[in-house]
Amino acid sequence: MLNCKDTTRLLSQQQDQSLSLRRRMALRFHLMMCSGCRNYNKQIDFIHKACRRFSGKE
Amino acid sequence: MSLHTACYPVPGIPIPGWLGYTVGYFSGPFSVMREPLQSVANQGAEDAFSEAAIAALRHDMLRFARLQLREEAAAEDAVQEALAAAYVARDGFAGRSQLKTWVFSILRNKIIDILRQRTRHPTQSLTADDGSDMEVEQLFNEKGMWHRQKRPTDWGDPETELDNTQFWRIFELCLDELAEQPARVFSMREFLGFETAEICAELGISESNCWVILHRARSRLRLCLEKEWFAQG
Repeated sequence: MLNCKDTTRLLSQQQDQSLSLRRRMALRFHLMMCSGCRNYNKQIDFIHKACRRFSGKE
Repeated sequence: MSLHTACYPVPGIPIPGWLGYTVGYFSGPFSVMREPLQSVANQGAEDAFSEAAIAALRHDMLRFARLQLREEAAAEDAVQEALAAAYVARDGFAGRSQLKTWVFSILRNKIIDILRQRTRHPTQSLTADDGSDMEVEQLFNEKGMWHRQKRPTDWGDPETELDNTQFWRIFELCLDELAEQPARVFSMREFLGFETAEICAELGISESNCWVILHRARSRLRLCLEKEWFAQG
């Protein structure tokens, strides 16, 4: 089972490429139980949006 | 893309105040660059090219360029060239928002060119851990789970912050705290829109290295935003 540290690594990687089905399932399972990692995921999503705004794309 | 080929004013086109400023940059002392825009009459220019509009646009562009180039003079240079190129092609603009999109795309291309030149002569190892990752490591216990007190918190509806100028000041400070090399990889990915495969090719690193660097940069950035902005209420 994934720990939080590996989960954050995969969540970040998911911003850059699509993950295998096996990894996506493992992530989903971890996120169901872990509010810290759910928040981490929302936070890096927000950072991505902020970067788009910052670079004049929106 | 050749958006960035027309860099300088062409002879015969009247030069407005803010562009005359470019000339000051190339010929005058350093301090000239920091002075407010000269109030030379701006004959015939459309609304989008009014001095106020350009001053605001220039401010956003400089902030953007400075963060990525980390060198004031190079940032000023890139911004002025992008503005000059936009001015030369000004008849094609419908209005302010279109100008912003266009001029930023010129600026991004200029930044890419400069970064490419720099990466041919790298001065530092890209993957070196500068020790600043300790803080991120310490968020986890020995099993790799979040320490109870250090779990990422709920930021609510953070997108409302995007209209807050104070937020952007903090965002900029947090970006500045990244070490130079992670900041470069992060910029190429998140600001310039490169795929990780392209970044690897440009910088001569492996793709897994690239993900490690991006992950570190994101983790540092979100931790900084959490501490400096979202935890402040």
